[in-house]
Amino acid sequence: MTVTSNSGPGSDVEMATDQISVVIDGVEMRVPKGTLVIRAAEQLGIEVPRFCDHPLLDPVAACRACLIEVEGMPKPQPACAQVLSEGMTVKTQYASEVARLAQEGVMEFLLLNHPLDCPVCDKGGECPLQNQAMSVGRPESRFDGEKREFEKPVNVSAQILLDRERCVSCARCTRFAEQIAGDPSLELLQRGAKQMVGTADDSPFESYYSGNTVQICPVGALTSASYRFRSRPFDLVSVPTTCEHCASGCSLRTDYRRGVVTRRLAWDDPDVNEEWNCDKGRFAFAYQTHGRIESPLVRENGQLRVASWPEAISVAAQGLRAARGSAGVLVGGRLTVEDAYAYARFTRTVLASDDIDFRVRETSAEETQFLSAVVAGSPVSATYDALESAPFVLLIALDPEDESPILQLRLRKAARRGTDVRSVGAVASPGLAKVNGSLIAAKPGDEASVLRGLSGDVRALLATPGSVILVGERAAGSAGALSAAAELSRATGASLAWVPRRAGERGALDAGALSGLLPGGRPIEDPAARVQVAAAWGVTPSDLPATSGRSGVELLQAAQDGTLRALLVAGVEPGDFPDAELALAALDAAPFVVSLESHHSAVTERADVVLPVAVVTEKAGTFLNWEGRPRPFAQVFRDALTMGDARVLAMIAEELGFTQQADVRAIRAEMGALGPWTGARLEAPAVPAGRVPDGVVLASWRQLLDSGLMQDGEPHLAATARPTVAVMSAQAAAAVGDTVTVSGPAGSVTLPVEPGEVIDGVVWLPMNSPGCHIHADLGVVPGSAVRLSAGGAS
Amino acid sequence: MPISQSTRDELQELVARYPRPRSALMPMLHLVQSLEGEVTPEGIALCAEMAGVSSAEATAVASFYTMYKRRPVGKHHIGVCVNTLCGLLGGDAVYDALSERLGVGHDQPTADGEFWLERIECQAACTHAPVMTVDWEFMDDVTPTSAVDVVDRLQRGETVFSTRGPVIRDFRATEKSLAFPEDGLAAEGTPVDDKMLVGLRLAKELGMSAPAVATGQEG
Amino acid sequence: MPLTPVITEHWDDPELFTLAGYRRHGGYSALSSALGQEPDAIIATVKDSGLRGRGGAGFPTGLKWSFVPQNDGKAHYLVVNADESEPGACKDIPIMIANPHALVEGVIITSYAIRANHAFIYIRGEVPEAIRRVAHAVREAREAGLIGRDIQGSGFDLEIVVHSGAGAYICGEETALLDSLEGFRGQPRLKPPFPAVAGLYSSPTVINNVETICNIPYIVGRGVDWFRQFGTEKSPGFKVFAVSGHVNRPGIYEAPLGITMRELLEYAGGMIDGRDVKFWLPGGSSVPMLTAEHLDVPMTYEAMAEAGTMLGTGTPMIFNDTVSVVKAVTRWLEFYKHESCGKCTPCREGTYFITETLERFEHGHGTDREMETLADLCGQIAGRSFCALGDAAATPYPAAMKYFRDEFVAATTTPVDEQYDPAASYVFTGAAAR
Repeated sequence: MTVTSNSGPGSDVEMATDQISVVIDGVEMRVPKGTLVIRAAEQLGIEVPRFCDHPLLDPVAACRACLIEVEGMPKPQPACAQVLSEGMTVKTQYASEVARLAQEGVMEFLLLNHPLDCPVCDKGGECPLQNQAMSVGRPESRFDGEKREFEKPVNVSAQILLDRERCVSCARCTRFAEQIAGDPSLELLQRGAKQMVGTADDSPFESYYSGNTVQICPVGALTSASYRFRSRPFDLVSVPTTCEHCASGCSLRTDYRRGVVTRRLAWDDPDVNEEWNCDKGRFAFAYQTHGRIESPLVRENGQLRVASWPEAISVAAQGLRAARGSAGVLVGGRLTVEDAYAYARFTRTVLASDDIDFRVRETSAEETQFLSAVVAGSPVSATYDALESAPFVLLIALDPEDESPILQLRLRKAARRGTDVRSVGAVASPGLAKVNGSLIAAKPGDEASVLRGLSGDVRALLATPGSVILVGERAAGSAGALSAAAELSRATGASLAWVPRRAGERGALDAGALSGLLPGGRPIEDPAARVQVAAAWGVTPSDLPATSGRSGVELLQAAQDGTLRALLVAGVEPGDFPDAELALAALDAAPFVVSLESHHSAVTERADVVLPVAVVTEKAGTFLNWEGRPRPFAQVFRDALTMGDARVLAMIAEELGFTQQADVRAIRAEMGALGPWTGARLEAPAVPAGRVPDGVVLASWRQLLDSGLMQDGEPHLAATARPTVAVMSAQAAAAVGDTVTVSGPAGSVTLPVEPGEVIDGVVWLPMNSPGCHIHADLGVVPGSAVRLSAGGAS
Repeated sequence: MPISQSTRDELQELVARYPRPRSALMPMLHLVQSLEGEVTPEGIALCAEMAGVSSAEATAVASFYTMYKRRPVGKHHIGVCVNTLCGLLGGDAVYDALSERLGVGHDQPTADGEFWLERIECQAACTHAPVMTVDWEFMDDVTPTSAVDVVDRLQRGETVFSTRGPVIRDFRATEKSLAFPEDGLAAEGTPVDDKMLVGLRLAKELGMSAPAVATGQEG
Repeated sequence: MPLTPVITEHWDDPELFTLAGYRRHGGYSALSSALGQEPDAIIATVKDSGLRGRGGAGFPTGLKWSFVPQNDGKAHYLVVNADESEPGACKDIPIMIANPHALVEGVIITSYAIRANHAFIYIRGEVPEAIRRVAHAVREAREAGLIGRDIQGSGFDLEIVVHSGAGAYICGEETALLDSLEGFRGQPRLKPPFPAVAGLYSSPTVINNVETICNIPYIVGRGVDWFRQFGTEKSPGFKVFAVSGHVNRPGIYEAPLGITMRELLEYAGGMIDGRDVKFWLPGGSSVPMLTAEHLDVPMTYEAMAEAGTMLGTGTPMIFNDTVSVVKAVTRWLEFYKHESCGKCTPCREGTYFITETLERFEHGHGTDREMETLADLCGQIAGRSFCALGDAAATPYPAAMKYFRDEFVAATTTPVDEQYDPAASYVFTGAAAR
C-alpha cells in the first residue's frame, strides 16, 4: 500500500499556500488548494481503497475502486482524481452507503476474473487486492462463469514475468514505464475484457527501472525471475538499508529469511529516491554471498593459508610497522563513511603517512584540487529537490541514466515540468532523450574549451536563479574540464555538484581518505585544521604528516619502482584502474601487501595478509550520496560474525599501540564532533584545456548493467543489460557497415555498429561490458585516439 | 517485408498531413496493412519509427482497433453484421450460410487465402438490414442466397459492384483507400440508393417540403 | 406532421456529391454570408437557433462553441465526429455519402466561427464509401479556394483533414476520439480539462457530430427564425430520421423534431405483414426501449426524456412481436462487451459478467436470482464507469425488464430460440433464406 503525503501530481499545485476548508466524513480540515480527495483522506487516516492511484503517477481514475460521495454531485466520484474545492463535503465508504456500495461493486468486478491462486501467488500476504477485498469486498462471489485465461507466465523481459490473469488493468506499470522511466516499451494491448499488459512482438520491456513495476503492481501480475516463488512475505524480516551500488543514495528495504537476503525493494524517501530504485540496486545482491573469503589468510612459503585472527592481525601489524612512513593506502570507492574515516585516521596516525586515495579510476591532480576546493566537506547545496525546480541543468561528462540512475529519474521529472537540460558531451544518449535534453557538442577531452566558449544564451540560462551544473567523475580525465566547470559556476552563480559513480566516493572524500585532505575537507597543510584533527585523534599536530601525500596512481608507480614498502588495499579491483597492468605490477612488487576484502580477487591473490571484512548487510554504516546527504543504514544480519573494516583496522592499530574507534556509533560521534571544515579552502584549479588527438576519439562510460563484479550471480539481471555495441553517427555507421573493429594500443574489439546521435569523429564504446573492456582490451581511456576498421578485420 | 522508398514516401506524406507525427499512426497502419494484407511486426516497427513512438506503443494502438489484423486476411474481407437489428432480421442466417460456404468461422481466413470471414458490429446501415460488407464496401439487404452468390462470383473472378459504392477490388485496395481516400472512385456506382431516397420521394409524392423562408416572411 | 427535406432535399440529384452539383442547389452561399460576418455573430446565431447536438447527447451547439476561449492566441481545432457506430444509428454515413459538401461547408463556417484553422473529420474506418466521398468533396473545395489560405479573400485560413478510424465504437466518445486522432488507443480522457479548453493537442477544441455541422449552413444561410419554425422550443429544427427494423419501407425520412413514431411508421409503410410493434428504440441501442404505447410521444429531447428514454441519435429501430427481447438485449450487451475499451473496471468487467449471464438466459438457463443479480450489476456500472459507454451498457436490461420481465422468467426454463423461431424475424423468406 502506498500512502504518502508527499507531492502527488494533484497535490503539488504550485500555490500550495492557498488553503481551503473541506469536510471529509464529518471532519473539517484545511488543505492546500488542488489537493485530491484521496490524499486529504489519508491525512485523516482514512484509507480509501485504490489500485490505479499512485501518488507519483498522473491520476487516471480507471479502476474506480476509490469512488466516494461528494455532496452536490449526482454520481460517486473517484477520490484519486477529484480535486477538493472550498467548502466541499466528501463522504467515504465509512460515512456513505453510496460510496460503500460503489466500492463493493467495483471490488466484485475486480475479483470476477481474478484467479483464486493466492496460496501460490508471490503477492499473497502483501497484496492490495487481497487486503482491500477483505476490507471492502463482498463476502462471496456471484460469478460462476468462466474466468479469463492467458498463457502464463509471459517474460516481458528476462527479469520481469507477467501472469496476465491476475492483472486488474490498473496501468500502474505502463504508466510508470512511460511517465517515470521514459521507457514506453510496456503497454496495454488489446481492449475491453481482452485488455492485457504486453510488449511489442519483437522487443522486450527494456528499462533500467523495470523492477519498480513489480513493486507497484497491486496484484501478483508482475513478478521478478529472481524472487518468484522464493518466499512468503510474512516469513521475511525487513530492514531499512541504503543502496551500495551508486552515489544516488537510494533508501532500500532489504528482506531476508533465515540469514539469506531474498529481495530488495525501493523504500520511500521523498527527498532522494521517492519510491523508486534501479534494477541494479534491486536485483544485484547475489555477490554478497558468492565468492566470500571465509577466514583470514597469511602467506607462507609463497602460498596463502588459513590463519587465526590473532595471527593474521599480528602478521599484518608487523609488516605495516616495518613500513611505517612508507606505506600507501588504496581504498576503493565503495567504503562507508565510517570505514573510510577509519582508513583516513589509520593512515595518518598508525602509518604516519598521507599516502591514501579512494579513486580507482581515471583521475588527475586537477581533480584532487577540485575536490579539495569545491566538494570535500561542503554543505548540501544542489539537491534532488533543487533539480526539480531548476530552470536549467547543465550536465558535464555525466550520463545520469547509466551513472546515477535515480538522478536521471529526478531529472526526467524536472524535464516533464519544463526544466531545460543540456549535456556537454559527444553523445546524445537514450538517457538524454528521456530528459528532453539536448547536446552541447564536445569531443571527449575538449569539454574545457567548449565550457569556456559557451554561448551567451547558455551562460544566461546558467545565471537564472536555481540553475545547476552537474559534473561527472569522468571529467577528471579531461584536462581543464573541472576547472572550467568551477569557473562557470563562480561566474554565473549556478550551483555546482560533483556526481561520482560509486556509493563510497563522496563519503571517502569527506572522511579524509584522500591525500592532502583530513576529515571534513580539512587541508592537511592548514595549521588550524591540523590542530582540530589532532585533538580529535588524541595526538599532537606535529604527529600528523606535514605535507600532502601521493595519489593512488603515484602510489602504484612507487610500489612498482620498489620505493614503497607496503600497500594496504581495501575494496579495490585492479582492473578498474585505467592501467590495470601497473596496478597488478605494483601489487606484485610491493614488499608487503595487506588486503581487507570481502571477496577473493586479484588483490587477495597477491596479498601477504588477507583479512576478510563485512559486506553491507553485515555492518551498519553511512554512504554520502552525490548531494552530500548522509544515508545511514542499519546492519541487516545482526548476528553476522564478519567484522567491518573499521573494526579490523582498530585491531591492527591496537596491536601497534594505537587506539582508534572500532564501533560505527563511536566513529559517527567522533566525526560529528569534528564537523566540517569552515576555514579557508584551497583555490579551485585553473587548468587549461588539453589537446584533443587527431582522428577518431573514444567516448565511453560504464553502463549501469555491465561486467561490474557486484552484479555477479544475477543472470536474469545480466540478461537485461544493453547489448555491447559501438555507437557512431549515422554517416560513420553507414561507412563501416554492420560491425566495426575498434583498435587501441593494447588490442582491439569487434562489435556491432549502432547509429546514434554522436558527433563526427567520435565513437562510443561501453567502458566495461561483456566483449568490451576498454582499459584491458584496448588500453585506452575516454578521449584517446582509436582506429576504426569496417567489419571484423583489424 | 522489404520497405520500398515509395512506401516510405507515402508514410512521410501521411506524417506531413498532421500537426504531429503520432496522429498519422492510424492511417500509416492502414497503409502497411495494404501492403501485406495484415499488420506485421515489421510494419508496426516502421510506423512506430515514422510516428516517433516505441514499437510497443504502436503495437498497443494496432491491437486496440479491430480493423488491424495480425495475420493475413487474404484477398477479400467478408463482414456480416450480427448486431441486434441486422442479426435478428436475418444477418445470423447470412453469417451461417457464409460460414458454411467458406468453411471458416469468425475472424478466420479460408485455407486458399481468398476470404476472411468476420462477424462485424453495426455498420451504420440499419435501414439496409441485413448488411454484409465486402472489403468494407456495402453489400446491403443481403439474404443467405445473395450473400453466398456474391462470394461465388468473387471466387470466379467476376465483376461485383458494391450496392452503394464502387466495384469490389480487394481488401488491400480498400486499406490503401483508408490511408489515401482520394482513390478516384467517388463517382462510381450508385451510392445513393432507394432507401436513402425513400423519404424524399415520398415527400415529393405527397407534396411536402420544408419552407424555404421563415414562416411569416413569405410573400 | 409533414416530411421536411432540408439536408436531404436534393439527394435525388446524382451530382449532388460534386461541388458543381451542390452549388447548383445553392451550396456554399451560406459560407459567403458567414465570411462577411464576425465570428462571434455566427456563434450568437447558432446559440439563438437553439440547435442541439445530433450525435445523441443533445447538448446546445452554440453553447459548446462559446466555451472555447477566444483570442487566446492558441491554435483552435474543430473535430467532426463522424464515427457513427451506435447500433441503430445510420444517418451520418448516408449524409456524408449523399451530401458531403454540406458537411464541408458546415465545417468551414464552424471553423471560422470558433477561429480554428485546422479541422479534422474523423470517419469510422469501416465505411470507405463515406470516407472517399468526403475526401473528394474536401479536395474539390480546396481546389475551388473554399479551403486553404485566405478563403474568398476573407483572410481566413483553413485546412481540413479526413481521418480514417480503424474499428472502435468507443471513439465516438469525444475524448476517446481525440486520443485516437492523436495516435493513441481510443480510451476516454479524464475530465476536466474539457475539450473546449484542452482538447486536441491540449488546445481548445470543438467536437461536433456530422448532422449537427450539416445544419450550420442552413441556419447561417436562412436564419434563426426559419430554423425555429421547425420543432419545439426546446428541440428546434429538423432531423434526419433513419427508420429501420420490421417496417415496410425502412430508410431516411427528414422531418421536424416533434414528429411521432406513429407518423414516421406510417411514412415507412407500416409494419411488415401488419404485425404488432413489440418494442422500439428512438435513437440507438444506448437509449431505453419503448413499446407500442409510446408511439405518440413526440420525437423531441424533452418528450423522450419524459417518457423515460432519450432521443439519442434519432434513428428509430422498430421490432415486431417475433423478436425475443432477451435475445435482443443479449446481443446488445455482446456489442458493449466487445467495444468496451478496457480502461475502467465497471465497464470492462461488468459487460463481461452481464454478457455471460445473459447468454445463459438466452439458452434457457437463467435463474430468478440471476435476474436480481443482473439488475444489481447494471446498477454497479451505471454512474460509476469512466464514460458513457458503461452507462449505455447498463441501459438495455433494466429497460427490457420494465416491460418484458416475463420473457426473462420464461428464459429460466426455455431457450429463447424455442420460444421465438428466429426465422420468423427475418426480412427475407423462402428461397432467399435457403
